[in-house]
Amino acid sequence: MATDAPPPPQKGSPDDRPALPSTEEFIEVQQSEEFGELRHAHRSFAFPLTIAFIAWYLLYVLLSNYAGDFMGTKVFGNINVALVLGLAQFLTTFLIAWWYSRYSAAKLDPKAEAIKSRMEGGA
Amino acid sequence: MSPAITLAAGEASEHRPLIISLFAVFVLATLVITVWAGRQTKSASDFYAGGRQFTAFQNGLAVSGDYMSAASFLGIAGAIALFGYDGFLYSIGFLVAWLVALLLVAEPLRNSGRYTMGDVLAYRMRQRPVRTAAGTSTIVVSIFYLLAQMAGAGVLVSLLLGITSDAGKILIVALVGVLMIVYVTIGGMKGTTWVQMVKAVLLIAGAILLTFLVLLKFDFNVSDLLGTAAENSGKGAAFLEPGLKYGATSTSKIDFISLGIALVLGTAGLPHILIRFYTVPTAKAARKSVNWAIGIIGAFYLMTIALGFGAAALIKPAEIIASNPAGNTAAPLLALHLGGTDSNWGAILLASISAVAFATILAVVAGLTLASSSSFAHDIYANVIKKGKADEKQEMKAARWATVFIGIVSIGLGALARDLNVAGLVALAFAVAASANLPTILYSLFWKRFNTNGALWSIYGGLFTAVFLVLFSPVVSGNPKTSMFKGVDFHWFPLENPGIISIPVGFLLGVIGTYMAKEKADKGKYAELEVRSLTGTGAH
Repeated sequence: MATDAPPPPQKGSPDDRPALPSTEEFIEVQQSEEFGELRHAHRSFAFPLTIAFIAWYLLYVLLSNYAGDFMGTKVFGNINVALVLGLAQFLTTFLIAWWYSRYSAAKLDPKAEAIKSRMEGGA
Repeated sequence: MSPAITLAAGEASEHRPLIISLFAVFVLATLVITVWAGRQTKSASDFYAGGRQFTAFQNGLAVSGDYMSAASFLGIAGAIALFGYDGFLYSIGFLVAWLVALLLVAEPLRNSGRYTMGDVLAYRMRQRPVRTAAGTSTIVVSIFYLLAQMAGAGVLVSLLLGITSDAGKILIVALVGVLMIVYVTIGGMKGTTWVQMVKAVLLIAGAILLTFLVLLKFDFNVSDLLGTAAENSGKGAAFLEPGLKYGATSTSKIDFISLGIALVLGTAGLPHILIRFYTVPTAKAARKSVNWAIGIIGAFYLMTIALGFGAAALIKPAEIIASNPAGNTAAPLLALHLGGTDSNWGAILLASISAVAFATILAVVAGLTLASSSSFAHDIYANVIKKGKADEKQEMKAARWATVFIGIVSIGLGALARDLNVAGLVALAFAVAASANLPTILYSLFWKRFNTNGALWSIYGGLFTAVFLVLFSPVVSGNPKTSMFKGVDFHWFPLENPGIISIPVGFLLGVIGTYMAKEKADKGKYAELEVRSLTGTGAH
């Protein structure tokens, strides 16, 4: 259907960029080994980590619900296990954000840059 | 007039001139910013995406300003002050949720979209049906969120200014509505972003000041603070343990799990948050802005511990409840007590923190209005009604008219909703976003086989299931104290938050819808989307 095509890029806006590479080029790149490595590097890092932090968060929610005595155990002073685990959620969130940024700067960005500059420059 | 309102009004009315002057200063300053930003807003990319010239840090601040709503500041502080540890659980869900956005959504979205969430959802699909669906769910989610902010603004400002008449409350809601129309129609994304940055700085500064003053009272001994809070609350050690709010029955425990899932999966599907990633030049900058946001939001939520437990330790629970039964005024009351109830410092602190709360609401409301009007103009008007043939000028004009329309609708709804349960509405917005938007975003980006039919089933199915279940939940009817409609009871769904059912339904329908259709996925379009989302090739 002709009407279903996305709008053509508009001239004269600051958003204007050189035309996109053709669909054939995209398919070719998508099936290339280099892109396969980039995809694998992203997925093999982001997917398991997402499952892990959601599981860790749900564990914490379930402990809050069903393990009241354990959560109420005093660690020192008035600080109990519940508060320590809550703060641990903050800590792991900060650490995962830092870890992902370091990983993508080292492993993802160079691969992505290489493909991008070849597609935009060469073709 | 109820005794509770009299008390709060009495307390606030002495400081009214000061509070009003600070509100006025903030409103004037933001209007100046808006007019200045409006002069620089010429193209559609300026209007929708602030010209994509913000730095990662600026956007990180603005994202924080967009995210930390009245529910975060007033709601969480109040919930901790009244329910102790259970209130703190909100903070954790709201923060952890950012990792979904960071790892899976922010960068691909920035790389492959232009202005709206619908850009990415519809990328590989038949444009018109999917754009319509994306626009619908954007507007529904934003309006629910908006409604909560408007209702909160009405209640809060009325209490702080001592305005108690219905006409006065409606006037406040109308004022907020008019301001948000002005911010968005004149300032566009640029103006909105600057308002959100200013608000984030004010909010963080206010929180740091209060946290410092609370800790000073307890010689920086957190254990002492918690002990005093537990004692003063009258609930003892249980105040510091989970269960005071959600531990009562097995149903309320399941409700808590449902809320937890909605919070952690909702953020990455909130359209007003997603469009903020278009305001930076690259995906790398989008990643950095999420990191800044995680740092800023995380620091803020850590301070809610001091604010909430500080209020519990220093103010009698009866006084907090008398001022607002949901605890929404705990933070301003804390400011008053820290400054000294009968000194000028107390009045000044109360006025400043109230102005910060007002700024918070205005900035969030502006972000939500922008998200829904740009989705209307870009997804529905330009791509569905005009079939992609509208020029930039027409599109921006449509966006401005949509803003005025949405502003008027939310003034109307906000005036009707001024007594509604605010927390229920915010949690609903998160649940709807997680059920209708997140599955389609993730399938579009990562699942080759996904097709138009799957996207439609997932968006409409998740949206309908979430809204339908809430309609028959205790949020709407059946609870004489907290329901929207108090005299009637047509509820049969036991939970307040539908997430535990509607989110899996949204994900499942995406799969079923995909396999039910004979239509094959568009391989070329998927190649384009996948390569662009991971590499940034051809990013606008």
